[in-house]
Amino acid sequence: MSSGLNDLYQQLILDHNKSPRNFRTIENATHKAEGYNPLCGDHFTVFVEMDRDMIKDVSFQGSGCAISKASASMMTTAVKGTRKEEAEKLFEKFRSVVTRDIHKEVDDLEELGCLGALAGVAEFPARIKCASLAWHALHSALNSNGAVVSTENTNAH
Amino acid sequence: MKPSSEIITKEAERTIRTSLNVARIREDFPILAQRVHGKPLVYLDNAATSQKPQAVIDSLARYYSSQNANIHRGVHTLSELATYEYEKARGKIKLFLNASDSREIIFVRGATEGINLVAQSYGRKFIKTGDEVIISAMEHHSNIVPWQMLCEQIGAVLRVIPMNDNGELLMDEYDKLLNSKTKFVSVVHLSNSLGTINPVKNIIKRAHKRGIPVLVDGAQSTSHLLVDVQDLDCDFYVFSGHKVFGPTGIGVLYGKTALLESMPPYQGGGDMISSVTFEKTTYNALPYKFEAGTPNIAGVIALGVAIDYVRGIGLDAIAVHERELVNYATERLSAIDGIRIIGTAKEKASVVSFVMENIHAHDIGTIVDQEGIAIRTGHHCTQPVMKRFGIPATARASFAFYNTTDEIDALVKALVKVKEIFGA
Repeated sequence: MSSGLNDLYQQLILDHNKSPRNFRTIENATHKAEGYNPLCGDHFTVFVEMDRDMIKDVSFQGSGCAISKASASMMTTAVKGTRKEEAEKLFEKFRSVVTRDIHKEVDDLEELGCLGALAGVAEFPARIKCASLAWHALHSALNSNGAVVSTENTNAH
Repeated sequence: MKPSSEIITKEAERTIRTSLNVARIREDFPILAQRVHGKPLVYLDNAATSQKPQAVIDSLARYYSSQNANIHRGVHTLSELATYEYEKARGKIKLFLNASDSREIIFVRGATEGINLVAQSYGRKFIKTGDEVIISAMEHHSNIVPWQMLCEQIGAVLRVIPMNDNGELLMDEYDKLLNSKTKFVSVVHLSNSLGTINPVKNIIKRAHKRGIPVLVDGAQSTSHLLVDVQDLDCDFYVFSGHKVFGPTGIGVLYGKTALLESMPPYQGGGDMISSVTFEKTTYNALPYKFEAGTPNIAGVIALGVAIDYVRGIGLDAIAVHERELVNYATERLSAIDGIRIIGTAKEKASVVSFVMENIHAHDIGTIVDQEGIAIRTGHHCTQPVMKRFGIPATARASFAFYNTTDEIDALVKALVKVKEIFGA
């Protein structure tokens, strides 16, 4: 396997794809939002149960490619138990790493922990949207307009 | 007289006529010699767009280097030359489709614009509130949305011919859909996501019994099948130049003269008028009535060259070669555990769409790309087809006459690697 592919499809990502964490619905979700990529059909719903500004529980359902599914799974493990503000900050860092914002990359990668496994996506521009989809849905859920977020009407990756 | 050993037998003649010298043909396509990610390019995305032979590329350069002028209006030498070349290409398209008259060949941007032209010009004049338009379950979005837009504008109803699990249209259901309210039928000749060749001649015959005009979407077919619009008796036929080895941004609408005469212009502008005052405009005759503005002159001329190239190889020989490719790919892919072919119609050409168990099409696409292999992954602008088969997307290998069984072997090897990566 080429080194780029090795980075993209590393064991951690394949594992999250095969056995996604928090892959369920939350009956008493206080917030939820859908993320949809019309170009490839990836479609996820992110459920959040907030306790004041704390993400008490977070989960997702839906279907998509390995990158989008693993990213959604890893996202839920990363933001569960954090405050809304922290989750939003994490999203910003994640985004700068997968879109390779070189000024921030090094610091952010360290702070991302296992989410950094998705840094390899930066080598594959067509797949950045896959990695970001669930995050956009989470962002929408937390800011609770509840609308379906589409990768094609958000300019941001 | 040639020595007897060189006399070509009938049998050999048939072989020559139906077997292509693919290695020689590939030399005509400079892009095919490229390497991608260090591997020889294996281009299996011909249903999205085909590659261009050097002759087509050269014709674009030649036009801009030595012939460029506006057409149909200048009296100077270059303008006359450009007009001559442009109209000569129209004549080539007429022969290619076996239209009865060059005036029936309208140059548009592509199949999509051709369908929009018919929906808006014919549709808005002849289709009324409560009328019905029939399309099929395997249409590309470009043969769905223009009709939906028309139906919304005039309050007409869109009806859909369903298909079976092989991706074949249910002709009995089609018969049931035809009724006194049906005012138009628009169907795809060759499905881009399933490879199905639809029985368009039969579809047209049944519609004509009730006096209903039929448009055939030939975006995929003209590079794979011999098309004879008079034999089909279709009322409209559209195709895109870039899928038949010509440039992007140029396509053709064929329409029967009487129908085109009865339709209002689609766009207003230069070239489509015969006289203009501020009180009244008289429209130009066919085909110019539908060609407002300075057209894609270079594109038209290069499309003519592409058509010459295809006819030089021969669509009968192309069909034989591509049938071999489709059969070989179907056989080899089916042998891989976990792969399911989507679209198993009896009448099929040029496309093999498939899904892999527990592996999304986009992951397949990214991994095989690293092996230099270009395939398309996604819904192929046919979301209703994906819904019909209960899948989000497929991976699709689509062939042209320059593809080889070796390239299919490379794809198979790459797919085995996909399985290894996913531990499937």
